[in-house]
Amino acid sequence: MAVISYREALRAAMREELKRDDKVVIMGEEVAQFNGAYKVTEGLLKEFGPKRVVDTPISEAGFIGLGIGASMLGIRPVMELMFWSFSYVAFDQIVNNAGNIRYMSGGLINCPIVIRGPANGGTNVGATHSHTPEAILASHPGIKVVCPATPYDAKGLLKAAIRDNDPVYVMENTILYNDKGEVPDEDYIVPLGVADVKREGIDLTIVAHGRAVITSLKAAEILEQEHGVSVEVVDLRSIRPLDEETILASVRKTHRALLVEENKPFCGVDAQVAYLIQSKAFDELDAPIHRVSSIDAPQIYCKRMEDQQLPDVNRVVREALKVLA
Amino acid sequence: MPKLSDTMSVGTLVKWNIKEGQVVAFGDILGEVETDKATMELSCTVPGTILKIYAPAGSQLPVGAPICAIGKKGEAAPEPSAAPAPKAAAPATAVPAIPEKTDVSCIPAAPASSGSVAPQSDGSRTKASPYAKRMAEKAALNVAALAGSGPGGRVVGRDVAAAASAPAVAAPSGPLNVAVAPPADGKGIQPDADVPVGGMRQTIARRLLESKITVPHFYLEVEVDAAPLMAMRESLNKRLADAGADAIKLSVNDFILKASAEALRRVPAVNASWAGTSIRTHGAVHLSFGVALEDGLVTPVIRDAHAKTLKDIAVEAKSLIGKARSKKLTPNEMSGSTFTVTNLGMYGVTGFFGIINVPNAAILSVGATIKKPVVDAQDRLVIGHRMVIGLSGDHRVVDGANGAQFLQALKQLLEEPALMLI
Repeated sequence: MAVISYREALRAAMREELKRDDKVVIMGEEVAQFNGAYKVTEGLLKEFGPKRVVDTPISEAGFIGLGIGASMLGIRPVMELMFWSFSYVAFDQIVNNAGNIRYMSGGLINCPIVIRGPANGGTNVGATHSHTPEAILASHPGIKVVCPATPYDAKGLLKAAIRDNDPVYVMENTILYNDKGEVPDEDYIVPLGVADVKREGIDLTIVAHGRAVITSLKAAEILEQEHGVSVEVVDLRSIRPLDEETILASVRKTHRALLVEENKPFCGVDAQVAYLIQSKAFDELDAPIHRVSSIDAPQIYCKRMEDQQLPDVNRVVREALKVLA
Repeated sequence: MPKLSDTMSVGTLVKWNIKEGQVVAFGDILGEVETDKATMELSCTVPGTILKIYAPAGSQLPVGAPICAIGKKGEAAPEPSAAPAPKAAAPATAVPAIPEKTDVSCIPAAPASSGSVAPQSDGSRTKASPYAKRMAEKAALNVAALAGSGPGGRVVGRDVAAAASAPAVAAPSGPLNVAVAPPADGKGIQPDADVPVGGMRQTIARRLLESKITVPHFYLEVEVDAAPLMAMRESLNKRLADAGADAIKLSVNDFILKASAEALRRVPAVNASWAGTSIRTHGAVHLSFGVALEDGLVTPVIRDAHAKTLKDIAVEAKSLIGKARSKKLTPNEMSGSTFTVTNLGMYGVTGFFGIINVPNAAILSVGATIKKPVVDAQDRLVIGHRMVIGLSGDHRVVDGANGAQFLQALKQLLEEPALMLI
C-alpha cells in the first residue's frame, strides 16, 4: 500500500476515473495549464489532453452552469472551485439547478456533477475566502456533501462522488493537502453516507468531519494519555447522506458525545447531529451533548486570532472533560 | 420531607389527611410518614391554606424534598424553577411538615415538578441523566436515593453502576444475587416469593451488616444467680400491686436495665464510642433496649438512665414499648443511645450474643432464668435460678479485661439487687 498525500490521493482518484470513463472531464479555473491553484490536478492536462481537462474563465456561475448542463447530457464533470467560498456566486446553479433537476424532471434527468475544492479556514486568507458551506449545502434535499479527512477517504469519496448520479459536493481542506496516509493501489471507493470509526473507545464519542477529525484524534490521544479516558472518534465523512446508525451505535456504547466541527456553530452540521442523538438515543445519554465549533464570527484575518477561532486540540480536550464530568 | 431519624435518608408518605385548598391550623395532623424506623404523624407548623401537594401518598422521597406548599389562599404555589433561598421571604413557601415532638429544622424548599423522579434536597427534581435513569430502572434502584457525582449533583451512569454493584450497603433497594432454591412442590410451608421490605427492615439490614463488618466484636459470658433478683421482684411487685391506679409491675428487664446503668457507672469505659481517631466517653447513660415487632425490631432509648430510679425506668420502658408497637416512636426516642440491652429470655433462649448497635461500644444479651442444679458456696448440690448474660464488645473501645469488669459489676448488682438502691 502506497503512502501518498491527500492532494495526490485526490489526483489519483480523478486520474483513475478519467481513465475508467471517457465521460469524465475536469473543469475549473487554472486546473489545466497552471496544474491547479493547489496543484491537485497537476499533470492531468498532459496525460488526458485539453478535451478532458479544461480551463474555465473566472466566472463560477458561468462554468458551474456549464458543468451542470453538460452533466444533464451525460457528461460527468468534475468541477474545481478554487475555494468553496466562491460557490456563493454560483449558488443558484449549485442549489436550484443541480439540486432540483432530478426531482423537477420527475426523475428523467440526472445531474451527475461533482464540484470539489477546499472549504476551510485557518490559512489566513480572510473572511470571504474561508467559508465552510457543507451545512448550508447539505440542508438542501437532492444534494450530497462529503468532507474527507484522510488521503484514503479523499480518494475513495471522490471516486464514489464521480460515479454517483446525483450532484456530489466534495469539500477539501488546504491544510490537509500535504497530509500523508496509506492508500490502496487497487481500485476502491468509500461509499457515500457511511461514517467511519477512526478510533475506538468506550468513555466518550467524538463526532467530527474534515480536519476536525484530525484534531479530535490528537485530542483523543491526550485524553487517553493524560486523563485515562477512552475516546471513540467517529468521522462522518459524508454530511449528506448522514450515517445516523454509526453515530447512534457509538453513543449507545459510550453514553456521552462531543461534536467537533470547523464550521461556525449556528445551524452547523453538529446542530443536526446533536438533534439526531437526543431524539434517537435520549435514554442512552449520560451527559448533555457538547459542541466545539469555530468561534461564531466572520473568519478573523489576524492569523494568531484565527488559530484560536478554529477548534484546536486544547479546546477539544477541555470540552471533552466537561462532557465527562 | 423532614429528617425524622438519625439514619433517615428517604421517607414514604403513607397518607395525606389534607387536600389542596384546605385550610390548616398549627398542630393539625397533615398525614403520616414512614421512616426507616417508624410511621409518624406530620403535624402542621405553618397555618394557612394547602396550596399544593407535591408528593402523592405512597411516594418515597429523600429528606429535604418538598412535600406540600402552605401559603395564603389564592397564592400560586412555588414552581421548581423559582427555588427560593432558605431565608427567602417568599409569600408562599413550600414547607416540609414537621412531626410532633421532634426538633428537626424547617427547611423551606422549592417544589418538585410532577415528574416520576422524586425531588432532591435542594428543592429541584433529582437530576439524573437519561442513561442513569434507564440503568436505575433496570436495576430497580431509586435514582432519588443515590448521590449524584455528575455536574450539579446529577446522578450519572457511574453512580447507578456503583450502587448496583454494592447493593447491600449503598443501595437499600438494590437486588442481591440470591441463589434460587428449587420451588416448593405445592405443599410448601409458604409461598416462594420475593417480599418487598419496608424502611425498618432496610435499616436493620444496613446497620447490622455495617456493624458486623466494621466493628471487631468479641464475646464474654457469665452466669448469674438470679434467685435474689426473682425474690426481690416478687416482693416489690406484691407491694406495688397495692398502689391502685398508680400500680406498676416491674419486669425482669427493668431490673436488668437499672443494673446495667449502675454497672456502667462502675465501669464507665464501656459507656463510650469509637470516634475514628479517638474514643468518645459518654457522661450520661442513654440506655437503648430492643423491642421486637411483628415485622422487625426497634431500639427505643431511656435517656439519662444513670440518674433514674428503677421505677422511673420501668414506667418509661413500658411507655416506649407501647409506642414502639404502635409505631409512634419519635426519632428522638430512638436515637443517641450509649449502650444497648437485648433480651430473649422470654423465649426461653438461655444465652446469646447480640450485634453491637453502633456507635455503642457494647451490647448486653440477656437469656432466660432457668432452674438448674448448681453447687452452692457450701459445696452442696442445690436448685439454682440461673441467668446467662453475654456481652458483645467493640474491641476498638473495650478490651477483654474491662468488658469482664463490667460483667462482674453487673453480676454483683443482679445477685445483690439491694445495691441498686444506692
